[in-house]
Amino acid sequence: MNKIALIIQREYLARVRNKTFIILTLLAPLLMVGFIAVIVYLSTLKSDKTQSILVNDHSGIFKESLTDSKTVKFSFTENVDDEIAKKLITEGNYYALLIIPDTISDKRLELISENQVNISTKLYISKLIEKKLRYDKLQSMGVDPKVIDKVNPEVHIRTIKINKEGKEEISSAEAALGIGYVSSFLIYMFIFIYGAMVMRGVIEEKTNRVVEIIISSVKPFQLMMGKIIGVALVAFTQLALWIIFGVIIMFAAQSFMGDTGSVQEQVLQSQNMAPEMQEVMNNTAFNDIVAPIMNLPVFSILFSFVFYFIGGYLLYASLFAAIGGAVDNETDTQQFMLPITMPLILSLIVAQTVMQNPEGPAAFWFSIVPLTSPVVMMMRIPYGVPAWELILSMALLVLTFIGTTWLAAKIYRIGILIYGKKFSYKDLWMWLRFKG
Amino acid sequence: MSFLEIKNISKNFVNHQALNDVSLSVPEGKIFGLLGPNGAGKTTLIRIINHITVPDSGEVWFEGKKLDAEHVLQIGYLPEERGLYKKMKTGEQALYFAQLKGMKRSEAMEKLKYWFQKFEIESWWNKKVEELSKGMQQKVQFIVTILHEPKLLIFDEPFSGFDPINVNILKEEILNLKKNGSTIIFSTHNMASVEELCDNIALINNSKKVLDGDVNDIKQQFKQNVYDLHFKGSFDKFSASVTADYKIESVRQENGNTVCRVKLLNGTTTNQLLSGMLQYGEIVGMNEVIPSINDIFIQVVEGENN
Repeated sequence: MNKIALIIQREYLARVRNKTFIILTLLAPLLMVGFIAVIVYLSTLKSDKTQSILVNDHSGIFKESLTDSKTVKFSFTENVDDEIAKKLITEGNYYALLIIPDTISDKRLELISENQVNISTKLYISKLIEKKLRYDKLQSMGVDPKVIDKVNPEVHIRTIKINKEGKEEISSAEAALGIGYVSSFLIYMFIFIYGAMVMRGVIEEKTNRVVEIIISSVKPFQLMMGKIIGVALVAFTQLALWIIFGVIIMFAAQSFMGDTGSVQEQVLQSQNMAPEMQEVMNNTAFNDIVAPIMNLPVFSILFSFVFYFIGGYLLYASLFAAIGGAVDNETDTQQFMLPITMPLILSLIVAQTVMQNPEGPAAFWFSIVPLTSPVVMMMRIPYGVPAWELILSMALLVLTFIGTTWLAAKIYRIGILIYGKKFSYKDLWMWLRFKG
Repeated sequence: MSFLEIKNISKNFVNHQALNDVSLSVPEGKIFGLLGPNGAGKTTLIRIINHITVPDSGEVWFEGKKLDAEHVLQIGYLPEERGLYKKMKTGEQALYFAQLKGMKRSEAMEKLKYWFQKFEIESWWNKKVEELSKGMQQKVQFIVTILHEPKLLIFDEPFSGFDPINVNILKEEILNLKKNGSTIIFSTHNMASVEELCDNIALINNSKKVLDGDVNDIKQQFKQNVYDLHFKGSFDKFSASVTADYKIESVRQENGNTVCRVKLLNGTTTNQLLSGMLQYGEIVGMNEVIPSINDIFIQVVEGENN
């Protein structure tokens, strides 16, 4: 309809031309990159600092086993008294003191330091000690040291999904999880930001007193839908721009940092692997990242994302519009906001459990119930969801948003013409039953 | 010829009745004053005419046809609670509202240029509304209301927020619109402007219509046999002669004359009053006191409420 198109156009242009929109759209990806850069930078800083650890080894058998790593360096005392060794921490500027008793079986090791010892250092030390003990024990039981060396505890699990035709596909729980989480979080975020934007738009029209003029030319329902759709287009614009920026930044970053292979090599080298193994690992690592993503149901993920994005947005935006219609200013929105934000926040919390068990009852029910389904279902889709569940969930979502839009329109059309009164839920209920 | 016919309209809200069986007839090409105390139900009635709310019972007929959503395009409505989008540019906003009223963009552009020139506000076109003063915004709002040349115009308190010079400009434009054939419904608490502009009025009180008709007829109906007698001479002697046939309501001095407001009782005629007066002084003039709309308003509303 022509008038709705006009309203959509105005709502869209008014927001897209707004300075805050432009700044936020440009700045958000840069901020993201900035955050990541800072995190990466900080983590490299940490690994540069070596921690020197003084070892007071009463048993005298660990000198060879405690090998230095990039971050941990061991020095050994001449088996002195523990009290003297403790004094050496401060004198010698050591990070910590490791005390190993004569026999380890009945006594525990102690790691003494002035600050809290970090977990990775602690794990590193205990791993080395355990390895040595295991080795000694096996040897004492008569196992050939050569055999012990050959036992390689490094395990790498490749997950493979078999489809109905019996074809094997490399799948990756990590890839599915990543895509699921990113898409549900995007939906959550956009519903919140843009739902609230609809609400503010309604309140603005009310406080500006412009609403009665518009209502004398168009139906309240047209105004509400025009606003909801206009804001939806703003959301799409922002998302599209972010994707474009993201791709540009990714390419820029790649050419700037050099190819990622060298980073991978460094990682592998630090794991002390044989050079010939590296080559193999390199290939499988590549396969394990790209192949599973390609093997995910890309089309159904994209389709569902768009569907749940729009459906979830329409559902919540109409509720937000109804709130905007029922209040005079933003501070009055609190009491009505809670029941709307609750299911939304709940769905994000549920998404965490769905991550661990995408086929459990929680995952099932919350991905069917319309108020939570947009966020929760997106978490499940990369793992594969039975068609009937998907259809049921989508159908319920469509029915519900038609229902909420109808309800919201009733509240909206009465609310927008009443000023200076605060309303309770009882009033809203009366409005719904009111012929108007 | 009645342009707008309101037949037995009733409207209830959750906690109160806004309109109770109200019937009105607005003649074509006239200015119709819709009067009533605050909360009487005027705004509800106007909203029903604008198709914003639907009555519980009763009908509105527009040019001999039952009112429907399409008629809204032929109505220009300036609500009492008015405003504009603050962040939007003035010209763009005026264009938007004109298009919502069904005008083509090019046509709206042309007409807007004419009105912006007429009101000497061309320089505001690219200014945001928030940069304009309240009076300026009201002018823009007025243009937006009349731009699509509607057959029916509804002005709810159109003069609030204007300085006297602009009030005059606006009055002139309203009379021009009437001359060009528009029918105008005019709702206000400013009784002086009602006297000046309105041909017909209706008075709504406590959700009921209590009075309607031609302004002059109503005034005739409400006159109470009261006369102002201007004379030179002794008031004391005159007042001593007052009989039961008339009652002196007030006495004041005006331009060196004594003006005495007298109410005639018991079928006394003005000639009888005059002949009785002659011996006490020199009569300069006499005129009948026609009640103002203001007086009628107060008299009717207070009478109703007691």
